[in-house]
Amino acid sequence: MPSFRILPAGDAALMVELPARIDPELNTWCVALAETLTSSLGRVARDIVIGYCSVTIYFDPLAVDAAWLEAEVRARAERLDVSTVTEGRLVEVPVCYGGDLGPDLADVAAFAGCSEADVIAAHTGRDYRVYMVGFVPGFAYMAEVEPRIAAPRRSMPRMAVPAGSVAIAGGQTGVYPAATPGGWNIIGRTPVLPYDPGRAEPFLFKTGDRVRFRAVSPSEFQPS
Amino acid sequence: MLTTVQDLGRWGAQSNGVPVAGPMDEYSHVLANRLVGNPPTAAALEVTLVGPELLANTEVTCAVAGATFALTRGTMPIPMHTVFTLRQGETLRFGARAAGARACLAVRGGFDVPPIFGSRATSLISRMGPFGGRALKAGDVLPIGSTAPLAPSRSAASNPVVLPLPPGGARLRVVVGPQDHFFTALAHETFFRSRYIITPASNRMGYRLEGPRLEHAGGADILSDATPIGSLQVPASGQPILLMADRQTTGGYPKIGVVIGADLPLAGQLAPGDWIEFARCTRAAALDALRLRHQALRGRPA
Repeated sequence: MPSFRILPAGDAALMVELPARIDPELNTWCVALAETLTSSLGRVARDIVIGYCSVTIYFDPLAVDAAWLEAEVRARAERLDVSTVTEGRLVEVPVCYGGDLGPDLADVAAFAGCSEADVIAAHTGRDYRVYMVGFVPGFAYMAEVEPRIAAPRRSMPRMAVPAGSVAIAGGQTGVYPAATPGGWNIIGRTPVLPYDPGRAEPFLFKTGDRVRFRAVSPSEFQPS
Repeated sequence: MLTTVQDLGRWGAQSNGVPVAGPMDEYSHVLANRLVGNPPTAAALEVTLVGPELLANTEVTCAVAGATFALTRGTMPIPMHTVFTLRQGETLRFGARAAGARACLAVRGGFDVPPIFGSRATSLISRMGPFGGRALKAGDVLPIGSTAPLAPSRSAASNPVVLPLPPGGARLRVVVGPQDHFFTALAHETFFRSRYIITPASNRMGYRLEGPRLEHAGGADILSDATPIGSLQVPASGQPILLMADRQTTGGYPKIGVVIGADLPLAGQLAPGDWIEFARCTRAAALDALRLRHQALRGRPA
């Protein structure tokens, strides 16, 4: 069992905090705790948010005693069975790399000291874990990018990043679900949006999923 | 002009990254709904700084709470925090604003826009909610729900306990953490002793504050975690950002503290140029303050 602390996050949320590192085992523990609490707390929890290495439980302080909730969360955490976590799905994401769809691919290649083709090979060459979904609907924080191509955030964020942009920031990679401002390095674009309200399953990624990027040609790329 | 449809927020979907949104001043939202006999969850309009003109297509019972606007029905002045009726063809105009930043207009029956993930709230950051998640614009038509099941609250109507509007600034109480250890002792001292100004780069997502710089003890990045409303996150600039109703669900900056629920409505009544000071608060005191606020709302001032 990992060591954890339970901290207040204001007067209407408790945060279970694990050691601060990107670690699939710690994150799996967070998924297990969130699943357990979702079923055991029911409507006592207004919302439960998984972070890289944290679980935050929102509650109504007028309806729920914070000390009781903390004891309940602690008890569940102390006897947590991680083996009950269902294995994440494998989600394949087609990406058209470079060009107008990936304006920062050259910068990432320069950072890595390799060719653009090498960056694409490195980005598609391993599976990523979805560590958390947050920020805006459907945005999945994925890791870990091969250190060689893990270019840091851009010094000046773009005012508008197109939906479907595939990007790298340090060890993280992700897909922008909607046109938002953004500071990550955009290396390509996918026609499969992380959030599509018209789809049977609107959210493409769930925490714990594995994601594999696949390079496609511009002719195969058809923005939805 | 920024007028949006809001209810109590889109709770329960943050694990998919869906922001909560909801009113900036939940107290006045609930009060306005109580005045017209709606449950607190009914959707109402949040009017920001400059108000709209609204034409009634049907007879509708209304109340406005929160920021003080010069309201007129046709040419007739209407007081704040009262119940009034607009007949078909009559116009409600939000004129000059005297105090506060945001008013809530509730109509009996609520605004019957289609819910998304169980909520009618407008999230500007995620463009989710009625009208494609945008602010209202001239020509929009707002459907009104069938008559609410509750009778208008007599106690609320006869003696509404109105939120005291902060005059040019507010002292907000804060529970420290969860990343208080990311800051130096001096930063904590500075935080609780200084006055911060809300900059123009502020909106429903959050207020960017300007004031004495807060030093991080180490780095200014954390592995992203949940961002409750009222969070005071501090990026590398050392200038805090107060996260408000339309905040993102998660963030990567350390949070020195979180404004208590009882004081969030006051924060929601502030505008760029206003000041904020912070006072340390325990969770027990925060709960007492929230109970007082809630009792006031039910027309039973403590």
